[in-house]
Amino acid sequence: MQNSAINVFLEGKNFLRLLEGLLITSKIAFISIFLGTILGILIGLSRTTKLKIVLFINRLFLELFRIVPLLVWLYIFYFGVTTALNIDLSGEIVSIIVFTLWGAAEMGDIVRGALQSLPKHQIESGKALGLNTLELYRYILVPQAVRRMVPGTINLATRMIKTTSLVVLIGVTDLVKVGQQIIETSRFQYPTAAFWVYAMIFILYFIICYPLSQISKKLERKWNS
Amino acid sequence: MITINKTNNPLLIEVKELKKNFDDKEILKGLNLSLHKGEVLVILGPSGCGKSTFLRCLNGLEKIQGGQIIFKTKNLTDKNTNWQEVREQIGMVFQNYELFPHMTVIDNILLGPLKVQKRDRSEALAQAEHLLERVGLLDRKNDYPRQLSGGQKQRIAIVRALCMNPEVMLFDEVTASLDPEMVREVLDVILNLAKEGMTMVIVTHEMSFAKSVADRIVFMDEGRICEISDPKEFFTNPKTERAKHFLNIFQY
Repeated sequence: MQNSAINVFLEGKNFLRLLEGLLITSKIAFISIFLGTILGILIGLSRTTKLKIVLFINRLFLELFRIVPLLVWLYIFYFGVTTALNIDLSGEIVSIIVFTLWGAAEMGDIVRGALQSLPKHQIESGKALGLNTLELYRYILVPQAVRRMVPGTINLATRMIKTTSLVVLIGVTDLVKVGQQIIETSRFQYPTAAFWVYAMIFILYFIICYPLSQISKKLERKWNS
Repeated sequence: MITINKTNNPLLIEVKELKKNFDDKEILKGLNLSLHKGEVLVILGPSGCGKSTFLRCLNGLEKIQGGQIIFKTKNLTDKNTNWQEVREQIGMVFQNYELFPHMTVIDNILLGPLKVQKRDRSEALAQAEHLLERVGLLDRKNDYPRQLSGGQKQRIAIVRALCMNPEVMLFDEVTASLDPEMVREVLDVILNLAKEGMTMVIVTHEMSFAKSVADRIVFMDEGRICEISDPKEFFTNPKTERAKHFLNIFQY
């Protein structure tokens, strides 16, 4: 094992640096997921309105984030918005903003879909018991919608975690970037380092995504039993 | 059997010239009807005659375009009508036994009493359990709706509405989506309510049930009330040709 490339992780602070990269990745992903979910729920609820203007703005927002590649959004904010407004934002902040907005747009659609998929009779039964609109949402609609949202939400969260690898392109040193740096610097000492480093990156991504799909499975099992 | 004329009882709901449109289509073309305390009205009529829509107008699930609905002393066509308050007093059970699937039986029943009426939990629970016992489902109180049969769900839906202590109960074809062997258990519950003097408006296709439960039969066709009769008279000697024709379809 003396010359095995797996030792690349023992060189200097390589492994620690990978973990630091993981922390940046996780930070951007989880803050964005958290904020995006809250915003997304509000957006989703607002999409049940009949006000045309609200629906139009929501629709536009969702389509913009679906049609325009996320990388372009990162560039727009990192190079465009900062220059236009003459403000200084770090790549990390820009990443969190863009991922939050993307998460909010997609989450809004998940919430809307879940609410609209509930049978009309549920609303009428609630009304017939004398519930007002707020109580109807609180006790009848939202609890049922949440159950239907879980698979889509977990799917979105893992997609957001994985897509954070794009932030390298606006200069953020995330997990993937650290990996690349380690490969670069150890190229002569460990020619096969790429394999091991990427394998480790795979494992690290797996470690942060796997619990999410486990939670999803558990919740679904709990609510379906 | 001594028939008591309940039309001398105080008036609970009075409907005057009620009109309802869906877009351009006239569904209800001016209905007049009075419901007295303790009275059981059964509305019969062919599909699409507007009987379910009429029922839904009575507790504001459908907006009306003309006429008046007066509940006790309140005019429900008034713009400031507090429908939540009205619906506490006018209970309704639907065709598609819509219990809330994410709640247990007892939570379904207690939602209205606790959250809308803000009643004391132990008092509401006692009433709920008493009602459940009467429909023979006390042992299912901690089950989820998906664990129950259609007939059981419908009996729970009736209990849920009753637990609000309504003054009137509306039944909208409550046995229409049940398997035939479950129809009876639900109708028995309604029949017992009638015996206890509950005021009810029932839309149904169960003719012999209608005959035995109704104080008056209201026959509707094409958005109008064609006749209002005593049940015996309606089934043996209907006044209108349309009613005769309708009854013929049911005699196989």
